[in-house]
Amino acid sequence: MATTTAAAEAADAAGGEREPVLSVRDLRVWYGTERGPVRAVDGVTFDVRPGETLGLVGESGCGKSTLGRGVLGLTPTGTALSGVVDFKGTNLVGLPPKRLQKLRGPDLGLIFQEPMTRLNPLMKISEHFEEALRTHERKLSKTAIRERALEALRGMGIPPSRYNSYPHEFSGGMRQRIMIALALVLRPAFVVADEPTTALDVLVEAQIIKILADLRKNFDTALVLITHNLGIVAEACDRVAVMYAGHIVEQGDAREVFANPQHPYTKELLRSTISLSTTGLHYIPGSPPDLGRPLEGCRFAARCPVAMRGCEEHEPPEVVLAGGVRSACWHQALEADPSLGEELGKDGREPLAVKEISVADEA
Amino acid sequence: MSKQSGGLGRYIVQRLLLAVPMVLILLTLVFVLMRVAPGDPVSAAAGGKLSAAQLAEKRHIAGLDKPLLEQYWNYISNVAHLDFGTTFVDHRKVTDLIVDNGGATLSLTIGALIVAILIGLPIGLFSGRFRDSAFDVGARVFSITTYAAPVFVTGLLAQLVFSGGSLPVSDQADQLMSLNVDTTTHIYIVDAMIAGNWDAVNDALLHLVLPSVTLGLLIVGVFIRMIRVNVIQTLQGDYIEAARARGIKESAVVTKHAFRNALVPVITVLGLQVAMLLGGAVLTEKTFNWPGIGLMLIQYINQRDYVAVQGIVTVFALVVVFISMLIDFVNALIDPRVRY
Repeated sequence: MATTTAAAEAADAAGGEREPVLSVRDLRVWYGTERGPVRAVDGVTFDVRPGETLGLVGESGCGKSTLGRGVLGLTPTGTALSGVVDFKGTNLVGLPPKRLQKLRGPDLGLIFQEPMTRLNPLMKISEHFEEALRTHERKLSKTAIRERALEALRGMGIPPSRYNSYPHEFSGGMRQRIMIALALVLRPAFVVADEPTTALDVLVEAQIIKILADLRKNFDTALVLITHNLGIVAEACDRVAVMYAGHIVEQGDAREVFANPQHPYTKELLRSTISLSTTGLHYIPGSPPDLGRPLEGCRFAARCPVAMRGCEEHEPPEVVLAGGVRSACWHQALEADPSLGEELGKDGREPLAVKEISVADEA
Repeated sequence: MSKQSGGLGRYIVQRLLLAVPMVLILLTLVFVLMRVAPGDPVSAAAGGKLSAAQLAEKRHIAGLDKPLLEQYWNYISNVAHLDFGTTFVDHRKVTDLIVDNGGATLSLTIGALIVAILIGLPIGLFSGRFRDSAFDVGARVFSITTYAAPVFVTGLLAQLVFSGGSLPVSDQADQLMSLNVDTTTHIYIVDAMIAGNWDAVNDALLHLVLPSVTLGLLIVGVFIRMIRVNVIQTLQGDYIEAARARGIKESAVVTKHAFRNALVPVITVLGLQVAMLLGGAVLTEKTFNWPGIGLMLIQYINQRDYVAVQGIVTVFALVVVFISMLIDFVNALIDPRVRY
C-alpha cells in the first residue's frame, strides 16, 4: 500500500488544486457473515475536492454502494471498517456514533437509489423537513424552517403548494427530487448519490443528473456519483474511479479515462457499453470473484484478456500515468518501471492460459 | 386539506355501505346455523314435557310453523328494528338481557384489552427493537405460552393461586356491597362511581383484576408477536436508513419512524382480536361466575333455548362488525394511504 499513498501524495502536490473535502486512504469495509468476512471494500484510496464530482463505476456487487455507505458510517452492525476517511481534518472511521450522526445531514449527505420507499409514508413532506432541520439547527424558527424547506424544494421544481402532501401523492421522479431537496436543505459539503436515477425513466434521469451537475456550481458541493451508466459519468463527472471486486483499479480525469482507458477492466467495461452506434454486443465473460474468500494477486486476472501468469499471484502496484490517471495493472507497472518485473518471477510474464469459462455456465 | 378530508369522508361512506352486505351475510349465517341443528327450538327446549298439541301451539306462537323464507324475513326485519327475539324458557326480551348483562361483559372486555395493551405493547416494542436479546427470547416464550393456554386453564390457575383471599376469584362485586349501588347504567363500576361509593368502586376493580388478566392473556401473545415482527420489519425499512442518513437521532428514528409505522397494521389485528375476546369472554365469565352475556349464553345453551342463543349470537356478530368498522376508520385517520 506504500506505493498507493506515495502516488496519491505525488498527485496532490503536482495538481496544486484545492484541499480535498474528503480524503479516503486504504479504506476497508468488511461485512461479518457466518461464513466469515466479506471484503466488499478492500483498500480504497481517493480524494474529492469542493465542487468536484467523482463518478464511481463498476459491475454490480463490486462494492460501490458499500463504499458510499462506509464513508458515512452507515453500515450494518457487525461490519468492520479500517483505514482513514478524512473529512475536513476529522477521521470518520472509528468516530463515536453520536458524532457521526451529527455530521450526517449538515456535512455528509446521501441520496438513495430507490426513491419510492425512502420517505416515511405516514409523514408529510413538511414533517420530513421540519424533523431534519430541527435535528441539526435547533434555533431555527418555524417560519425559517418553512422558508428554507420551500427554497430547497423550489430549487428542485417542487411547488410550495405540495409542501403539506404525503409521499404517496408524488411520482418516483418527484420523490427523488424531494429526497435531494431533503439532503441539500442541510447544505452538506459532501454528498454521495448512490445510483440516484436507476429506478427512474430516461427523461427524469436527465433532469436529476442536471440537478446534480448544478450542485457543484451553486453550492460548491463535492459529489460522489455511483452509477452503472458510463454515459452519465462522461456527462456529469469531473473524475472517474473504476471499481472491481472491492478495489479501485483505475481513476483519473473522466475525459482522459474514457478517451484513453488504461486498465484492461476499464477497456472491457467501455467496450460493453451499449450506445446508438453499437453494432455488436460485447460482454466480459465470467463474473466478479466471491468476496467472501481471501483473494491474491490481481482480482481481474481470471477474466482479463491480457493476463500474465504472475497476475494471479502478485497484486499489481498502482502507478501514476500521463494526465494523472492512476491504474493498478501489471502491464502499466512494468512499462513505468521494468525492474518491478522481478517480483513476477521467471515466467511471470508469459500469457496466462485462459481458463475456459463456458458461456453456458453463465446462462 | 379540503382534498384530504374529502377523501376521508368518502372513505367513511364507502365503508358504511360495505357494512350492509357484511351484516346481511352474518345474519343469514346465524339464521341458517340455528336451523341446521336437528329438531326445532320448541321440541328442543320442551320436548317430552308437553303434549304434541301443546308443542304445536308453542310453535305457532313462536312463528316456527311458517315457511322458512318468511321466518328468515321476519328475523331480518326484527333485527333491523333492534328486536332480537324473546327467550323461550323465561320469556325475557334479548334486548333487556343485553342491557342487564352487557355492562359486565363490556367492563370485562375493556379490562382485558387494557391488560393486553399494557403488557403487550411495551414487551412487543422492546423485543422487536432488541431482537434476539435475552429479553426477546423470554418474550417469545411468554407469548407462545399465554397463547397456547386455554382461558379456563389460566382462569383456574389464577383462582387456585389467589383463592387465599388476596384477590376475589368470583363474581363482579361483593354481594353485600352491591346492595348499596343503584343500577343506572348497568355497568356496575360506573354505577358505583355515580353513587360516589368508592369502597364499591375499589371492590369492583379488585373483582375485575383476575378475569381481565385471564382474558387479556388470551390475546397478549398474538399481540406481542405482531408488534415484534412489525418493529423488526419496519426497522429494516428504506425510510429508516434514509432517516439515519439525514442524521436523525437514533431515539427519534426508533420511536417516530419505526414504532409508529409498525403499529399501524397492529391496530387492524387488535380489531380482529376483539372478536376473539368476545369468544374468550364466554369462557372467562363461566370460569369466574361473571354475570355477563357470556354466562347467560351458556345457561341458555344448556337449556336448549335456540331463540335466546340466536338473539345473543346476533348481537355478538353485530358488535364485531361495528368494531371492525371502527378500526378501519381509525386506520384511515392514521394512515393517509388508506383514504385513497
